[in-house]
Amino acid sequence: MTGGKRLRIGFIPLADATALMIAVDKGFTAQEGLDVELVREVSWSNVRDKLNIGLFDAAHLLAPVAIASSLGLGHVKVPIIAAFGLGLNGNAITVSPALHAAMKDAAEGDLTDPMVSARALARVVMARRARGEEPLTFGMTFPYSTHNYHLRFWMAAGGVDPDQDVRLIVLPPPYMVESLANNHVDAFCVGAPWNSVAVDLGIGHILHFVSEIFQRAAEKVLAVRARWAEDNPDVFRKLVHAHGRAADFVENPDNRDEVASLLSAPDRIAVAPEVICRTLDGRLKVSPDGSYRASDRYLLIGRNGAARPDPVQAAWLYAQMVRWGQALMSAEALAEAKATFRPDLYDEILGPQQDLPPSEPADRVGAFTGPAFDPDNIAAHLDGWKIRRR
Amino acid sequence: MSTTPGIDLSLKIVIVDESPVRSAILEEGLREAGFTEVIRIAEMQNLLARIYQIDPDVILIDLENPSRDVLEQMFQVSRIVKRPIAMFVDQSDTASIQASVDAGVASYIVDGLKKERIKYILDTCISRFNAFAKLQEELDRTRNALEERKVIDRAKGILMSAKKLTEDQAYALLRSTAMKENKKIAEIAQSVITAAEMFK
Repeated sequence: MTGGKRLRIGFIPLADATALMIAVDKGFTAQEGLDVELVREVSWSNVRDKLNIGLFDAAHLLAPVAIASSLGLGHVKVPIIAAFGLGLNGNAITVSPALHAAMKDAAEGDLTDPMVSARALARVVMARRARGEEPLTFGMTFPYSTHNYHLRFWMAAGGVDPDQDVRLIVLPPPYMVESLANNHVDAFCVGAPWNSVAVDLGIGHILHFVSEIFQRAAEKVLAVRARWAEDNPDVFRKLVHAHGRAADFVENPDNRDEVASLLSAPDRIAVAPEVICRTLDGRLKVSPDGSYRASDRYLLIGRNGAARPDPVQAAWLYAQMVRWGQALMSAEALAEAKATFRPDLYDEILGPQQDLPPSEPADRVGAFTGPAFDPDNIAAHLDGWKIRRR
Repeated sequence: MSTTPGIDLSLKIVIVDESPVRSAILEEGLREAGFTEVIRIAEMQNLLARIYQIDPDVILIDLENPSRDVLEQMFQVSRIVKRPIAMFVDQSDTASIQASVDAGVASYIVDGLKKERIKYILDTCISRFNAFAKLQEELDRTRNALEERKVIDRAKGILMSAKKLTEDQAYALLRSTAMKENKKIAEIAQSVITAAEMFK
């Protein structure tokens, strides 16, 4: 084994930790000679803090938390690197039946079109204000979360100011469904399996897959301290290598049942294998009436170049931090954000890679609206958006 | 009552904990240390709104509580909170972060508080947290022992009627099998019960 030293890796029970769980549970890490203990956590703050202070060697981490940690935003500054991406996309926006009905009434066109739905939301928001009702409340998982940025990007495109017109609150994923059921929130954006759980209980409609809003949105990464990677180059290399094999295994449809059954274990995601299969297949029940929607981009784990960390994605996440007032624009910070994602190490460990296949958007993000993302000119890019913080 | 010079005992401390027993133990510890303003929150709904209402100087939260992430929002919305808030003792003080994380408690403190004051509160909490964890462990051990006793009793009953044994003979059989297979008596007893159920 690893000279007797056991690796502790933290994770949150979500479908986008699949590559990590399979790397360990299917024995890919053991085959590399690594002894790994997976530690299930209850909050991103815990994962971040335990990684930062060295209680974890590595972690399943929200991509923007890795960047915020490298930049010292909101917390201690600890440089983090990611040489392996645990997934692109995978989130969905779920709304209450009441909000869904109101948006349907207000929609001019097909509600599955994010621009139609965003404008419908704007009308619902205005109508509520005219009636003197409370603003709508949206749940998301963390201040530096993709969910926060995805919700904001979408609603702002329809003219809804996420800080002025609605309330955005942090809710731990396990509380999302209950909060929607008791009208504490009107909608939420979260990863699998929670959207499906809400639909199955008949208390929510999946309005959008995040893959309908962005073709490529970096979600979680395998995060390590930059310092740790320097001190343990061999272990780091083996860990990333095991993840490469795990991601290939997960993307082979023949292995789907085995993957779903491993992930459904009580100390992993602990939901029925069938719910996990829906996520991996990208075919989700979106409404309590039983209708389904499918997308081959719902959650990308090892295919379409999803696992190779993309500095353009890091720049996009940093741009969202700037857009919404979490970070100040600076060339140094942008460079640090980009340097958190390490495709060079990915290629070094897993072999040289082709660039993205032609199926992928030219700007490597593919937002449903607005100008192409330009990582080299974020200030100008952000000037193109009317709703933003200054 | 013991007090330490230099500690402002009028600090408003909020304990966020869904376990009423543990938060009571923490509160007691802080009160014994002389703090008079200790408020407990056990209900996680509208947590942020409640905290803003109380306007505490220090917030203590159990690391096993998913609502820790809700508190992170306080660092974002400084326009809602009256004062900026810093986390833990000091950004550079990894030793006390480690100590508090090890004990399972996280603290959020209002900026401008002196480090040693917070350290005193944190130390009190860590020792109380550890005391609670020890209590919990003993309770679990007792509960496990009780469960094992029940399993062994059931297995003895099965063996007594199936093999016409006395209670002592049934127990001796369980024990000798456990020794032979290098397992715990309770494990053997559980397999007897499982097997008996399959033969039903």
